[in-house]
Amino acid sequence: MYGNAYIDPNEKANAMIAGEDPIKLAEFEARIARGEKIEPKDWMPKEYRKQLIRMIEQHGHSEIIGALPEGTWITRAPGFRRKMALMAKVQDEVGHAQLLYSAAETLGKSREDMTNDLITGKSKYSNVFNYPAYTWADACIIAWLIDAGAIINQVANAKGSYGPYCRALDRICTEESFHLKYGHDNVVTLATGTPIQRQMVQEALTRWWPPIMHFFGPSDKISQHSEILMRWKVKMASNDDMRQQFLNMYVPKIWDLGLVLPDPNLKLNEETKKWDYTEPDWEEFKRVINGGGPCNAERLAVRRMAEERGRWVRKALYNATEKYVTPLA
Amino acid sequence: MIKSLDPRVTRENIEENNLIAPLTPMDNWETYEVFHQKKRGDQHMHVGIVHAPNPEMALLFGKEQYGRRSITANIWVVKTANVFASEYDDADMFETTPEKQYREAGGYKVMDKINKYKKANKA
Repeated sequence: MYGNAYIDPNEKANAMIAGEDPIKLAEFEARIARGEKIEPKDWMPKEYRKQLIRMIEQHGHSEIIGALPEGTWITRAPGFRRKMALMAKVQDEVGHAQLLYSAAETLGKSREDMTNDLITGKSKYSNVFNYPAYTWADACIIAWLIDAGAIINQVANAKGSYGPYCRALDRICTEESFHLKYGHDNVVTLATGTPIQRQMVQEALTRWWPPIMHFFGPSDKISQHSEILMRWKVKMASNDDMRQQFLNMYVPKIWDLGLVLPDPNLKLNEETKKWDYTEPDWEEFKRVINGGGPCNAERLAVRRMAEERGRWVRKALYNATEKYVTPLA
Repeated sequence: MIKSLDPRVTRENIEENNLIAPLTPMDNWETYEVFHQKKRGDQHMHVGIVHAPNPEMALLFGKEQYGRRSITANIWVVKTANVFASEYDDADMFETTPEKQYREAGGYKVMDKINKYKKANKA
């Protein structure tokens, strides 16, 4: 699971390569254009490094924080098999965070600094996890549709240019396929169950639809997506394109179950072959990502508590003669 | 105090602004490179890193991180600090030139000679 990286829309595209050695830059861009990967010790523009660190780190934070609303349902998941499955899924998410932090680390930001930036609120994580999972059905909708969105994004990013990130994503995507099937199975069970179960899953879907529409980030119309990030294969698809791909794959599956989506304008436009929908409320998105959501405070407070209470164990195991070396790949 | 939908979180009595001392370098220890062998007879493959305070715990974390979801026969861990690697900038040292065909299987065209011999001796 994960979320889309939030890239500052005010970043001026041409400021991004200011001061770079033009010959090295040309070689770097030619390597990417040939479809070759960039490895940690290669020369890279400062902005490439900065954007990748931000993106991979945010992705890692999203996995960690995303495990919180789901983890909360492990003890209350209906039946032993679902408890076991959810536990495995949550463990996967935390493992994904480890893989992503490792990839970001190769770019020179230490894991300690990444954790510091998360717990002080300096780094962002996927906005969807600032919403609560009220019922078991919410946990099912997250497992199906948020993971589905994550897979679309991750499959695209796995074809990006930075070797360590691509390798981490390949591993992650394999594991996500189980999450998606598990989530779908749970939603189908509720949707084909008793009237109360159907109502429960419908209500969860209605609650989660706006965050799901926010998931891929601001519309291309307002998010000035940088041509350079696309050319450097840092960003692999535009926010709107990924949103369209998601709607294309999942709206029919949702409608198949006779569930209703809370957007009267949602339909496939026969002419453009694209989905029409009501523009999501981007002011709400900004408000929540900047700390105003229902769960922002809880998520970070819980993460700080975990860090603080586990600290003595890590300190006890610390060996002062060891030195940190940046990982190789 | 954090009042959560999850009673277990509420019971922890967490202050909302529970500021903690920042992490310092080496709080998450150093890194080990992990090599994973899928089954007996396969090569060990580099799969990534783990942070660990000692080799025993690196093995334990390596098992959880890289052996948890895939078939595994064996795992190695090596301190990142102990790996010596070539530089990508020196990649030209691996280049081979066309006149090194003598050390490639494809540099030996025996069938051409055999066919020529057979043709010549058929007549």
